[in-house]
Amino acid sequence: MTLSQAEVAPVATAPRGLRAYAQDWLPRLVLAPSFAVILLFVYGFIVFTAYLSTTNSTILPRFDFVGLVNYQKLFAQPSWWTALKNLMIFGVLYIGICTGIGLLLAIFLDQKIRGEGVLRPIYLYPMALSFIVTGTAWKWFLDPGIGLEQVVQNWGWETFTFDWIKNSRMAIYTVVIAAVWQSSGFVMAMFLAGLRGIDTEIMRAAQIDGASALKLYRRIVIPMLRPAFLSAFVVLAHLAIKSYDLVIALTGGGPGRATELPATFMYSYTFTRNQMGVGAASAVIMLAMVASIMIPYLYTELKHEARS
Amino acid sequence: MHKRFLPLIGSVAGLAMMAGAAVAQDESVEVLHWWTSGGEAAALNVLKENLEAEGVTWQDMPVAGGGGTEAMTVLRSRATSGNPPTAAQMLGYDILDWAELGVVGNLDDLAAEEGWDDVIPAALQNFSKYDGHWIAAPVNVHSTNWMWANKAIFDEVGIALPTSFDELLAALDKIKAAGYTPIAYGGQPWQDATVFEAVVVSTAGPEFYQTTLNEFDQEALTSDTMKQAFESYGKLKDYTDANTAGRDWNLATAMVMNKEAAMQFMGDWAKGEFINAGKVPNQDFLCARFPGTQGTVLFNSDQFVMFQVGDEARDAQLKLASAIEEPSFQIAFNKVKGSVPARTDIDDSEFDDCAKKGMADLAAANEGGTLYGSLAHGHGAPAAVKNAVYDVVTRFWNGDIDSADAAAEELATAVAAAQ
Repeated sequence: MTLSQAEVAPVATAPRGLRAYAQDWLPRLVLAPSFAVILLFVYGFIVFTAYLSTTNSTILPRFDFVGLVNYQKLFAQPSWWTALKNLMIFGVLYIGICTGIGLLLAIFLDQKIRGEGVLRPIYLYPMALSFIVTGTAWKWFLDPGIGLEQVVQNWGWETFTFDWIKNSRMAIYTVVIAAVWQSSGFVMAMFLAGLRGIDTEIMRAAQIDGASALKLYRRIVIPMLRPAFLSAFVVLAHLAIKSYDLVIALTGGGPGRATELPATFMYSYTFTRNQMGVGAASAVIMLAMVASIMIPYLYTELKHEARS
Repeated sequence: MHKRFLPLIGSVAGLAMMAGAAVAQDESVEVLHWWTSGGEAAALNVLKENLEAEGVTWQDMPVAGGGGTEAMTVLRSRATSGNPPTAAQMLGYDILDWAELGVVGNLDDLAAEEGWDDVIPAALQNFSKYDGHWIAAPVNVHSTNWMWANKAIFDEVGIALPTSFDELLAALDKIKAAGYTPIAYGGQPWQDATVFEAVVVSTAGPEFYQTTLNEFDQEALTSDTMKQAFESYGKLKDYTDANTAGRDWNLATAMVMNKEAAMQFMGDWAKGEFINAGKVPNQDFLCARFPGTQGTVLFNSDQFVMFQVGDEARDAQLKLASAIEEPSFQIAFNKVKGSVPARTDIDDSEFDDCAKKGMADLAAANEGGTLYGSLAHGHGAPAAVKNAVYDVVTRFWNGDIDSADAAAEELATAVAAAQ
């Protein structure tokens, strides 16, 4: 936050007693341990992983430098390319659909309806489940033999098929379905909070000017929800990159390796397949991908905030 | 105030110390394993009870997952944190990988005392020893190239057990025409690989199996024989049902037991499931080698690797190792588990017909040099190469690789990249 002229001047001219000195340094002292811990355990270990990706580690870390061989091996794996492709599909659909459904639900719930107090927690409940439970429940629901397909066929529509989860090409979309079901309520809650924070004066002024409901939302309300969009995007993006437990519970990696995601790839190479060097390389690539999206987005958003 | 409380504090502390001392003398072993299905858990219970009779408590550490991959992950975190379990179930090359790290114990004295060198088959000892020292106690010998068939379906359709791959295809056609699911198949990578390696032996012969899936000769991996093996493997897909993806092996065995499917290609741990459900060999189910692999045994042996646990736990650990190799335990365990004993000096009279066949096959293969380590179960190659093969085989099965030719090429590349 930039200080205005008025705030800077008094501090510079007032006498610096012990109390003022302590007030300056106390916040930094209190935050120092957390800062040190984050510096070590997050950034320190990121550097450690990057270093491991240049070594020939297998079961446990080894420290012999081998250059970029692990990256070459990584990009020669067909399942890595599948994982990247799946992440793009899953990420775009998950963030897009969740944001869309969340926004829609929030706008509808904001219409001062009678059952809002009951409906809001109902939409939010899926977030309370762990991804493992979601994955397992949806696995049973989408299984052609015991789930939706069998139920609809028993009801009489005998040619109904819904075997996406057993189909190599469509299995990733079942992961999208389960993940969207889990997180839409949370996004809805965020947008609802944002909508509640909009000044009703602006809305009334626009209505007086003759704006239709659609124009009102499109031109005024949604742009004012920019901070909520940012929060939703950050949360959803990190959940999408992190998706491991959902995939494992839902498809176990999919028919064959069809629903491999970078997180499952990294885990299997580092721990199951005793190729820690390649696993570390995949983790570094994941970090690079996330950073390349998040950093510009955060930068533009925060600059926007600072300016306004 | 203090003076009044001092004797009270003193006596409480004294009691606590006594209780602590009493607890420390109670011996216990913590054992990591993945024997969580019905037949397997029943088999392990025999060991638990034997040890409890000797005053050693059993702390169970089961980690579900048929091929043991999840268990190995858990083991890694325990071992790196300096707190390994007393013993861990391990297969093949994993044992050697861990031994290389120097965290395993030494069983040489116990082995010499009980004469293990003479009674445990040489092919098994390759995995029980590292650098000439005993580090693991083998529990059993499983074989992976078996076929388990529902007798009622075979009698109804009127066919005999096939003995070659072509006879198998003919039999599958007849069973499919009769309306049953011919093959009960579980679509998990390790199961795909189990069937695939049996197909390789069946269609290309045991020596080719050794050259390709044990020694990984690049020329052999890209040869026409390998391409034909992939093609034959692909032919089996038409005879499975639509829900195979992700199915656990014991659910596929249940399909055979419940007369929904005619046969399953699985290791002899499937027999443990049949026995546990009260089925009788040659009455309810038939056992035979995968058609075309008669005379060859692809083995995997579960071994309990002993970790370095410090002197206090060593006593209990040695009792565990000794209890594992004891003949009466070997008989009791393997009867329930479906495998054959790891010792060659065991009398086979208490075993059922399929186990007797298994023991005879093992002895014959040991003599004749056709006892090969199963690649799909960690006895053909270390984890990195094994998983590389899993990848290619499962992608081929699921249609992600277009042709058998492309599959053979990919297999050769993948194996080279993982070595």
